[in-house]
Amino acid sequence: MSRPPAAMTVRPARAPASWAIAAAAVALVVWSAHGAGVDFVTLFGGEAIRQIGLYVARLFPPDLSPVALRAAAVGAVETFAISFVGSLLSVMIALPLAIATMRTLLYRGALYEGQQLHASRRLAGVAVYAAAKAILNVLRTIPEIVWALIFVFMVGLGPFPGVLALGLHTGGVLGKLFGEVLEDVDPRPLEALQATGATRRQILLYGVLPQAAPQFLSYALYRWEVNIRAAAIMGFVGAGGLGSQIHIAISLFLEQQLLTLILAVYVIVTLVDALSAWLRSRLV
Amino acid sequence: MATIPSDAPVARSLASDRKSGFPWLLAVAFALTLVGSLRVAEVDPRLLVERDALANVGRFVAGAWPPRVSAEFLGLMARPVAETIQISVTGTLFAVLIGFPLGILATSTLMWRGVLHERRVQRRRWLLGLPVYAVARALLSVFRAIPEYVWAFMFVRAVGLGPFPGVLAIGIAYGGMLGKVYSEILESVDPRPLETLQAAGASRMAVVFYGLVPQALPTFVSYTLYRWECAIRASAILGFVGAGGLGQQIELSMRMFQFDEVLTLLATLFVLVALVDFISGRLRARLL
Repeated sequence: MSRPPAAMTVRPARAPASWAIAAAAVALVVWSAHGAGVDFVTLFGGEAIRQIGLYVARLFPPDLSPVALRAAAVGAVETFAISFVGSLLSVMIALPLAIATMRTLLYRGALYEGQQLHASRRLAGVAVYAAAKAILNVLRTIPEIVWALIFVFMVGLGPFPGVLALGLHTGGVLGKLFGEVLEDVDPRPLEALQATGATRRQILLYGVLPQAAPQFLSYALYRWEVNIRAAAIMGFVGAGGLGSQIHIAISLFLEQQLLTLILAVYVIVTLVDALSAWLRSRLV
Repeated sequence: MATIPSDAPVARSLASDRKSGFPWLLAVAFALTLVGSLRVAEVDPRLLVERDALANVGRFVAGAWPPRVSAEFLGLMARPVAETIQISVTGTLFAVLIGFPLGILATSTLMWRGVLHERRVQRRRWLLGLPVYAVARALLSVFRAIPEYVWAFMFVRAVGLGPFPGVLAIGIAYGGMLGKVYSEILESVDPRPLETLQAAGASRMAVVFYGLVPQALPTFVSYTLYRWECAIRASAILGFVGAGGLGQQIELSMRMFQFDEVLTLLATLFVLVALVDFISGRLRARLL
């Protein structure tokens, strides 16, 4: 009998905050819709919807001439290659950095229980952790398209800067995700290994990584799905793939060719999604 | 001992044979794909250490430091920052408006199978539900397979420059993602409360509103907030194709080699994203 009243007394305490959040959300939406120049009334049945309709009508029928199809196929293969190599590069960047952010391996937690760490040794651990975290933050914060611009400056036009851009940005994202997995591994096998006299490196290789590998793989496959979409737009800044042709087709008002290219994006993205889902079900 | 079937070891070796074949096949396919992709993507690490490349990096770094923090430039940035937030919020709202109805239509347990449909086996209803379901799935798949930048670029062509095409692009692309995830959430709810409600004689509407919605709502809101975090990143760079926000400034400064401005803009983007992550994270922690 005492439980329902208790629950009721909790509720009113939360209610004002919930109302405040709701009011803030409504205010944010109104301010945003106003600022973004969106008028929901004139959008539907208005000029905007008519213009969009006209544009869509111009897209049809898609240009299915051999030349256009060949160009789309070449672009699709290049897009796939950029996403594939870029994703691999990102795993190679993420792995060492994630391990360097694993505090439980560096200087604290169960492995260091009952040991008095030398101050300088502890400081070194903290420094490695902080540096790796900072690098990951920078990699992650800069969007892939900005990385692509930077690398186009560096190594010139082509798919290679696209690979580097995806590798660095996704390396930062995966490094953070991998790091979270590493800090969450079950500490008991690590302690057991330590008790048998294993070194740090052996604990990492035989205790930490086997536990984390399935999740690593799952995250890497997920990011590959994100990367195939990103690879499709790298060409907007000159970094290869279907994006460069899409950019040209849009800029020169070649709408029917554009539809062919968009269909190619759809096919390659759906293909990678399916491949990634299949690999995940087989491997993880 | 005699009861052990003699073919047991055979079955075991068959199974292990199949298991050992797959990784090899996968490794070969992986190696071939890698070699092919390295060629197609023109990967050449030597380009990174060439003198020109290093000089360009040097120019970039030297130009970027110190970041430009003059009052004039910071004042100029207020508008793009506000615009980025506005695009992300309105775009996410659009995405919900698109994703929610389509997501419901793309939910098999609502449209043509499962607890809600087992009381009366109605052929006609099944025939009606399945095509609608298939069309909704196809639409969502097209919406989310095409990147938001491509949508944005097309909408810039259709409705002109400014934040509006950005809103539409995020609305369509994220609507496709939200719709898919909404339908997955609805399909994975615990069916037992629904069955209990139905056994108690509840109507179909009552089953949906008292059984399905309460289970799905917190996950719905949480995932939508997560998408908003992604939308702020996206809206910041949609400006690269002329759809407003910070991206337009970043591209402009980049093209004019004003790298000190680029650094300030990127730092602003970082703060903005961190802020939205923080707010959204707090809200999600309250919900779940």
